[in-house]
Amino acid sequence: MAYKPIRFYQTGTFTVGNRLLPEGQRSVQADMRRTNSLNSGHRACQGCGEALGARYALDAAMQATRNQLIAANATGCLEVFSTPYPETSWQIPWIHSLFGNAAAVATGIAAAMRAKGRPDVRVVAQGGDGGTTDIGIGCLSGMFERNDDVLYICYDNEAYMNTGVQRSSATPGAARTATTPADGGAAGNAFGQGKDMAAIALAHEIPYVATATVAELRDLEAKVRRAMEFRGARYIHILVPCPLGWGHASDATIRVARLATETGLFPVFEAEYGSVTRVSKIRRRVPVEEYLRTQQRFAHLFREPARTDLIERIQAAADRNIRRYALLDEAEAP
Amino acid sequence: MLKQIEGSQAVAEAVARCRPEVVCAYPISPQTHIVESLGRLVASGELRHCEFINVESEFAAMSVAIGASAAGARAYTATASQGLLFMAEAVFNASGLGLPIVMTVANRAIGAPINIWNDHSDSMALRDCGWIQLFAENNQEAVDLHVQAFRLAEELSLPVMVCMDGFILTHAVERVDLPTQDQVDAWLPPYEPRQVLDPADPVSIGAMVGPEAFMEVRYLAHYKQRQALDLIPEWATQFQQVFGRAAGGLVRAYRCEDAETVVVALGSILGTLKDTVDALREEGLRIGVLGLHCFRPWPAEAVRAALAHVGRVVVVEKSLAVGLGGIVSQNVRAAYPHSPDHVHTVIAGLGGRAITRASLAGMLRSAAGGTLGRLTFLDLDEGLVARALAREKAQRRTGPLAEALLRDVGVVAARPA
Repeated sequence: MAYKPIRFYQTGTFTVGNRLLPEGQRSVQADMRRTNSLNSGHRACQGCGEALGARYALDAAMQATRNQLIAANATGCLEVFSTPYPETSWQIPWIHSLFGNAAAVATGIAAAMRAKGRPDVRVVAQGGDGGTTDIGIGCLSGMFERNDDVLYICYDNEAYMNTGVQRSSATPGAARTATTPADGGAAGNAFGQGKDMAAIALAHEIPYVATATVAELRDLEAKVRRAMEFRGARYIHILVPCPLGWGHASDATIRVARLATETGLFPVFEAEYGSVTRVSKIRRRVPVEEYLRTQQRFAHLFREPARTDLIERIQAAADRNIRRYALLDEAEAP
Repeated sequence: MLKQIEGSQAVAEAVARCRPEVVCAYPISPQTHIVESLGRLVASGELRHCEFINVESEFAAMSVAIGASAAGARAYTATASQGLLFMAEAVFNASGLGLPIVMTVANRAIGAPINIWNDHSDSMALRDCGWIQLFAENNQEAVDLHVQAFRLAEELSLPVMVCMDGFILTHAVERVDLPTQDQVDAWLPPYEPRQVLDPADPVSIGAMVGPEAFMEVRYLAHYKQRQALDLIPEWATQFQQVFGRAAGGLVRAYRCEDAETVVVALGSILGTLKDTVDALREEGLRIGVLGLHCFRPWPAEAVRAALAHVGRVVVVEKSLAVGLGGIVSQNVRAAYPHSPDHVHTVIAGLGGRAITRASLAGMLRSAAGGTLGRLTFLDLDEGLVARALAREKAQRRTGPLAEALLRDVGVVAARPA
């Protein structure tokens, strides 16, 4: 009998009652045995995409490893807001060492587990975009190249938010940050060549690479579960909007993340051993302007005189992603 | 077990007998032979239950060691010079977290100008990083200090740096009495961490600590280091009982009983100094040597006691606090019970310049004669310095300094003997 998955659309998403899904597809968050790895009560801002992404990712990893998980954390928002001692939100063994070494610390933990004959204990390293694409890229690339048994998760909010919204190498062109001002006609962050970390991970041909956003949390959970099926280096890059840094309402985090994928600015895909195996198609393509207008960091593009030239450059980047990852069905492709 | 062996290989054998579970390797001269040897011991199966990890930088080497140690594994790495500085952030982190990592530093100068030869600039640059620092006089002691270091580190939950002179010790082949596995097993119990990343008992390690407790965390690190001042001499005695030879301790005096002048130094120069002192004693000079085998914690009491009866102290040190003078001598002056004016600083052997017995003897004769200055640069080529200064006076754009000096020196091999 032909099988057709049921899609329940609710305000444009896949939101569906958990009970209607087969057990394997149900959200870890709806499971009574969920571990609350990153427990409530932490100090993240309202609407924080990183806190949401981390909770889903780590609970999924805990489920996949039967709770045999250790986490290493780079310095950054996640580290600071989760451990305001004497309180800690971490219900799992967790270590923070430095800003740029989370991948290497995780390698050390994994090595210790091998030496001690505990292959059942798995390791997750996590950091923001600054700790991943800038200061931590050396240790991360080393971990990839050696194929150490570590899942590295980057929570990408496209700037140094913990220190007050400064530019990182993940900050998009034209975005206003504290170090790329948009005052007096300045156009925010310069358009560089970009640093596509998922593609860099892909180029290491590690067993598993995926991108995800907090707009599709079930997809994120599935990718974490899939990642834990592999041994060796794995990388998941999660787009996590930051209401404070991006300048959007705290209840818009999910919507903004969805627009990032529907414009093509943030392609969502999976890859194994260097080859893309699955992409999430865009269901309702939108122009980048719709995404940019949701955020104060791009507000200067729409003041008079509007910077249509820069908006066009951003649109071109989105179109390139759509072509490169075949994000649209062929008939609709630009 | 007596063996004719290179210093680096001997250290690797000793480290292997301490049963490390994670060894991080990154090449830098003159340390490289140590991790190469450990790599062979792991590959051959002689060192079992050990993960040997080739990392991409020294920063990663220390970071991997941090992760391994926090996960309850006995972790070891080795480095030198630029490598120690490149990992500096992680070196402080390891001690701040109280992780008992053991690291060999094959002492080497720091650039620029780039220089691979021996001095103590690297270890001294990080003297206050919270690690215990032990200094080996010879390869036998380098071996023995590593065996002591793992136990000391794990007892106090503090990392230990074993410093040995690059090339002079690491590349010297000499007779070493290697400890047997049974001896080391009797000496060093399995590692029982005070804190460990364990899914069965989850803890958070490395939280932000504010003004409410930071001072206390630092104080306790200081307190623990001071405990080493009791443990190190106690264990030096115990070590002799197990291994049949003396090693370590805080300080060791040589012919100091009736000395009017005592030379203080650390590392391999102690051998040359003892020979020099023997010769000077023949001339009738009452002179002795005080070797420092532990530099951090600073053994103030032991130094004070050893120098209490001494009227003149000469500190020969292979590092320079630019703009100040000596580093070791600052510490010695603070411990010396008499006038600090009677403590002379002699900066020697920077960047591997040979420290000869003739130069030391000349310097010590002038010390005994009361003509040695407070700060002396042993065998400084004053003509070379004068030429460079004259050039700078004559013109603005003098070009790269070090390269100009090399041109002045000319081809060393072409100089008359």
